[in-house]
Amino acid sequence: MSKIHVTTTVNGDPVEFLADPRETLLDCLRDHLGLTGSKEGCGTGDCGACSVTLDDRLVCSCLVLGVEAEGRRVDTIEGMADADGLHPLQRKFIEHAALQCGFCTPGLLVAAKALLVQNPDPTEEEVRYGLAGNLCRCTGYDKIVRAVMDAAAEMRQEAA
Amino acid sequence: MSVAKPLPHDAARLHVTGAARYVDDIPAPAGALHLAFGLSEIAAGRITAIDLDAVRKAPGVVGVWEASDLPSDCDCSPSNHDEPLLSGHRIRYLGQPVFLVAATSHLAARRAARLGKLDYQSRDAILSVDEAMEADSRFEDGPRIWEKGDAGEAIDGAPHAIEGVIEIGGQEHFYLEGQAALALPQEGGDMVVHASTQHPTEIQHKVAHALGLPMHGVRVETRRMGGGFGGKESQGNALAIACAVVARATGRPAKMRYDRDDDFTITGKRHDFRIEYRAGFDDDGRLAGVEFVHLCRCGWAQDLSLPVADRAMLHADNAYHLPAIRIESHRLKTNTQSATAFRGFGGPQGMLGIERVIDHVAHALGRDPLEVRRVNYYAGETVAGAEGGAAPRRPAVAPPGSISGKMKEPGQDLASRGGAEGPSDAGAPAVPAGVQTTPYGQVVEDFILHEMTDRLVERSDYAARRRAVAAWNAANPVLKRGIALTPVKFGISFTLTHLNQAGALVHVYQDGSIHLNHGGTEMGQGLFQKVAQVAAAEFGVAPEMIRITATDTGKVPNTSATAASSGSDLNGMAAQAACVTIRERMAEHLARLHQDEARDVRFAEGQVHVGGNRLSFAEAAALCYEGRVSLSATGFYKTPKLKWDRIRGQGRPFFYFAYGAACSEVVIDTLTGENRILATHILHDCGASLNPAIDRGQVEGGFVQGAGWLTTEELVWDGDGRLRTHAPSTYKIPACSDRPDIFEVDLWDGRNREETIYRSKAVGEPPFMLGMSVFFALQHAVSACGPGWPDLQAPATPEAVLAAVRRARDGV
Ligand code: FES
Ligand code: FES
Repeated sequence: MSKIHVTTTVNGDPVEFLADPRETLLDCLRDHLGLTGSKEGCGTGDCGACSVTLDDRLVCSCLVLGVEAEGRRVDTIEGMADADGLHPLQRKFIEHAALQCGFCTPGLLVAAKALLVQNPDPTEEEVRYGLAGNLCRCTGYDKIVRAVMDAAAEMRQEAA
Repeated sequence: MSVAKPLPHDAARLHVTGAARYVDDIPAPAGALHLAFGLSEIAAGRITAIDLDAVRKAPGVVGVWEASDLPSDCDCSPSNHDEPLLSGHRIRYLGQPVFLVAATSHLAARRAARLGKLDYQSRDAILSVDEAMEADSRFEDGPRIWEKGDAGEAIDGAPHAIEGVIEIGGQEHFYLEGQAALALPQEGGDMVVHASTQHPTEIQHKVAHALGLPMHGVRVETRRMGGGFGGKESQGNALAIACAVVARATGRPAKMRYDRDDDFTITGKRHDFRIEYRAGFDDDGRLAGVEFVHLCRCGWAQDLSLPVADRAMLHADNAYHLPAIRIESHRLKTNTQSATAFRGFGGPQGMLGIERVIDHVAHALGRDPLEVRRVNYYAGETVAGAEGGAAPRRPAVAPPGSISGKMKEPGQDLASRGGAEGPSDAGAPAVPAGVQTTPYGQVVEDFILHEMTDRLVERSDYAARRRAVAAWNAANPVLKRGIALTPVKFGISFTLTHLNQAGALVHVYQDGSIHLNHGGTEMGQGLFQKVAQVAAAEFGVAPEMIRITATDTGKVPNTSATAASSGSDLNGMAAQAACVTIRERMAEHLARLHQDEARDVRFAEGQVHVGGNRLSFAEAAALCYEGRVSLSATGFYKTPKLKWDRIRGQGRPFFYFAYGAACSEVVIDTLTGENRILATHILHDCGASLNPAIDRGQVEGGFVQGAGWLTTEELVWDGDGRLRTHAPSTYKIPACSDRPDIFEVDLWDGRNREETIYRSKAVGEPPFMLGMSVFFALQHAVSACGPGWPDLQAPATPEAVLAAVRRARDGV
């Protein structure tokens, strides 16, 4: 199948790649751009390991075609830390030991960040339901919820 | 000192930035091939014709292999040499790999693998335990039977008796990272394999066998797994072998990963069990005798089923002293995926059997199940003569002749006198009067559940909440609540005694930095961090000075799987031994330089104190290097005291026991069967924890996974043997929203009485079984619907709960 030329922005940088039109955005990120932080846990939109944002909307990159990224802005886990260091969510995940095997972690962080953009002051319940689309088989979620709550509090303080 | 600190996972920073590499993230070298299996569409029968033309012609396809194209049978079995990589003509389960495709991309390989045209002649598949029993389709020549006393007589002579059956479903591992391997061909026909595996040595062995190489021709490296849980103990063999075969044949690197559906369809899961039971007891619920029949569905190949079924038998007592017991275990061969290791390794199924008996007894007597549990507990630590009941607390001084007194004398092997070597005519070992033994003759000498239960009852406010639940249930006709507190006693060690060994390799470089390697693999459980903390403590340096490196069969050979919760026990000790060797060499040299005694040289806080001087560790290392001291050492450890005869079921298979208890409260909707966990309190024993943050994580994750097994995780095969629940869309593991509103976890503050690494205890598997508290809380909630025996089956899905509600209502 002939490939399609895609021009897009990933983590703020303009990028181009050639995609088989059947390839998912997840495969394009991993195989063409070498951004392997987004993971495939199911390939069917059920686990959240592949979470990225597309023009600030949280999506499962396994359910988006690579060619759909044309002209849009993709943000992945690789863009989460900036020159000043780790994002508060990343720091809190480390502090609270909110990860074990770490395979779900990139997706969870991206989803948690998107959640806090929409709702900077969530209740614990809102965090639990907000992240229900991101499966983790290792941690039992408790420390993840705590880390997100703690990061949210810190981010609110910084914003104030 | 770095041990006992809650330091973060060694790769935490890599994980949160997405930089941690798993096998599929390793950049594939140019020209790498991607593999996929073509799978059988029937469960049993023969392939009569196979046409792979369309596969060969599909875009991107570079090669296609059938069984007859392989260099050998390419056996994948970890035990019985009964798992050819590709089926050949004989099909044994639906999903069995029949042919192998190599293509230029993962997508191309997968698409092509769907194009095979296979003609079959089906025969009747053996799918259920009933069909297998009917056909006498089994592993081993007959059932394993272990006995202690005469259980039949004890039951018949008891004032009351019950009998029943519980079906216990299997469980998909659902490691978030699917199986994956990458093979890189080397000069001279050698092979390097990167695999997501808990058992690199096994992969090395199987790849070497497949290629006809000695083991030194294959090197296997595993940096990390995205979860394992037992599912990567043997189930990764096929991918690694396939990659190696293709890499050998084409001279190109080969990579394979299963898609989630393929992973579900091809690989083994937790064994499902049917447990039939009969028990006799007195008015207090004290058990006089218990009989169990375990019917265990092992699938098409033997894999690890025998030790799994053994471990189920070994946990048929859980925390209870059973004066007479008979366990009969059938290991049934069926046309389904080959069931395999999964956290707990049969222990959870065996334990659920006896917990079910206790619950049934309590229901028959109209008592609080916790009372019945406590009446049957083993006697407390070092106490002789207490027959169940409230055992006295630990005496200040061990009574003369007590077990603990004996254990302290080095060189004595309790098991040799009390276990396997004892007279066998009565089937019970000769042990001192009043000492309590397990059904397999191991003396229970470290039982701390009396104290733990007291603490948890208090912590969870069990008594008041049980009354509150009763009040709620009296007032509410539709939503019913339930509460249960269940204990765990889990045996630690591989039951195949020779596996209880480990090696480590440590280098100190001239700048004082330290390279650490051991045979254990990292699957998220924090093993690398824990062992690094041990090394840091031994050298008195900060953990940052230690570089933990990927598990590598070229560095530490002949390792056991990272399994049976043994990772830090074994590898921590081996690493400690290596560190001590180097430290002693350093001390000796530095003492000589500074006119001091080697034993007075101290390594602490990044410094070495010698002859009144203080050197930095780096200076000390440089001095030793210049003094031509070897700064590299291996370490080795083997677990002491083990002795086990699995045929007779007698001996000391376990070095020690790990304990825990959980109290869960649930609510059910009696109209729909829907349910949720409201609160869980846990108290878990990690001995003197090496790293409380990591251990707590294991406890939380284990509990949730165990609760998932017994509630939402249901595997469904249709009549043709096709697994219908093969993705997260149809198979539901707990999600963030399932976490209980109240979830409190405490670690029991104690030391292992056995000499383990810094007196810690293993923590990988034991917490899994804390999930049982949820199941029995559900049963309690259902009991509130009527007087009938609810007979709840596992997993307690809404359907199962609803059926149990009906039984409770309709019953007498
Ligand atoms: S991989 Fe995209 S949701 Fe699971
Ligand atoms: S940390 Fe392993 S899946 Fe979440």
